Amino acid sequence: MTDGYSEKVMEHFANPRNVGEIKDADGIGKVGNPTCGDVMWIYIKVKDNRLEDVKFKTFGCGAAIATSSMITELAKGKTLEEALKISRGDVAEALDGLPVIKLHCSNLAADGLHAAIKDYMGKTGKK
Amino acid sequence: MSKLVYMDHSATTAVDPAVTDAMLPYFSEKYGNPSSLYSIGRQSRKAVEESRQKVADLIGAKKEEIIFTGSGTEADNLAIKGIAMKNRAKGDHIITSSIEHHAVLHTCKYLEKTGFKVTYLPVNKEGLVNPADVEKAITAKTILITIMHANNEIGTIQPIEEIGRISKEKNIPFHTDAVQTIGKIPVNVDDLGVSLLSMSAHKIYGPKGIGALYLRKGTLVEPQMHGGGHERNIRSSTENVPGIVGFGKACELAKAHLPDEANLAKLRDSLIEGILTIKDSYLNGHPTKRLPGNANFRFSFIEGESMILNLDMKGVAASTGSACSSTSLEPSHVLIAIGLRPEESHGSLRFSLGRENTQEDVDLVISILPDIVNKLRMMSPFGR
Repeated sequence: MTDGYSEKVMEHFANPRNVGEIKDADGIGKVGNPTCGDVMWIYIKVKDNRLEDVKFKTFGCGAAIATSSMITELAKGKTLEEALKISRGDVAEALDGLPVIKLHCSNLAADGLHAAIKDYMGKTGKK
Repeated sequence: MSKLVYMDHSATTAVDPAVTDAMLPYFSEKYGNPSSLYSIGRQSRKAVEESRQKVADLIGAKKEEIIFTGSGTEADNLAIKGIAMKNRAKGDHIITSSIEHHAVLHTCKYLEKTGFKVTYLPVNKEGLVNPADVEKAITAKTILITIMHANNEIGTIQPIEEIGRISKEKNIPFHTDAVQTIGKIPVNVDDLGVSLLSMSAHKIYGPKGIGALYLRKGTLVEPQMHGGGHERNIRSSTENVPGIVGFGKACELAKAHLPDEANLAKLRDSLIEGILTIKDSYLNGHPTKRLPGNANFRFSFIEGESMILNLDMKGVAASTGSACSSTSLEPSHVLIAIGLRPEESHGSLRFSLGRENTQEDVDLVISILPDIVNKLRMMSPFGR
């Protein structure tokens, strides 16, 4: 927990990784609400039970964009089971912390990733 | 990074070096308490009273009608609670607008908790209060009307003169928060028809921590600060002499600079024209009845804080009404009151220009903003 944005948050905000959509995504997770000011769409491509590619599109503040970017880095190459274990706290920690006020509203990236994996599992009949 | 292009003058301003120079002797050299009878006390008293005259001169008031406070917020509190408490026996109804600064809105909310009734008047999509609505809202129990002179976010200037006439007819005290207007547009308490008016020094190139309430002769308020009886027994506290001297100097300079505000309006219009060439961008507020330095926009599909951070990376300081930049998580009540949906209010961006801004600064913003907006739209699920 910090008062302002860490250097790592600003670095990810300034140079977000894996921005965009995956045209033939295996799963898409849509979380957030435009009324609250944060919406994240996470796209995944799965191969041999691993996240071969992860991309995002986000409407939101600096924290929303930085957490989106970070989750793509944390998730890429992981198995689905490993990826489902990535928590909101892990994302915040990987960014060297988030301002208290942002921990709830903008730290949606883990939820988005989980939603994308569940979308994939639902489509493929896995659970 | 090159120099900072500061376009957030509605938040605060840099203290004018002439103001700093005027203040400095009153810290360690002329430090006397104005209430003391010996010479350095009298020296401070003289400085306070000369400054009071300068503040009064900026708004066409008499020196005796100026009460120094610690801030614009305190002036609003003193005006509203002071009138409410003094007139409790006469009535319990207050009229205000839905776009007031929190210093007024939260004070009204507090008074509601203690039993007062408050009417929050709506505004139109340009942010204007309709004087006819004020008149209709008046009851036999109305003891105060408080409507801001100009809005801090969208810059809309209210028809204060008309509301002043109505309040005079009905003999109801009328307060206006003029924190954003003194030194920007002509402010004359008689023309406006107000009995109380709040001011702050740090918005007009003066120091932080000093404000004032204009209190028309014959208007009585219940003190909110009790103590040694300073400021005609209305606001006890040893006078902030350096602050008061700085405020006085800032008012003197503001009066002299007032004609320059027309040039600032031209600069603002050039900024508005340039920015509105961006696709899906809109101006918030009134096209003409707005503060000379204020330009407030909204951009579809993107969020304000991320625009602010990107501008900051390019050396430009601006602000937003998006909840994401505040501590409340609520979208700006002003943008909601003018009819924007919460998601639209999140995409707002305010530039407030001031004395040191140049056409070069404006051109720089116009040149860098389209790329920032595009970059964020590419990232947005709603973008195209």
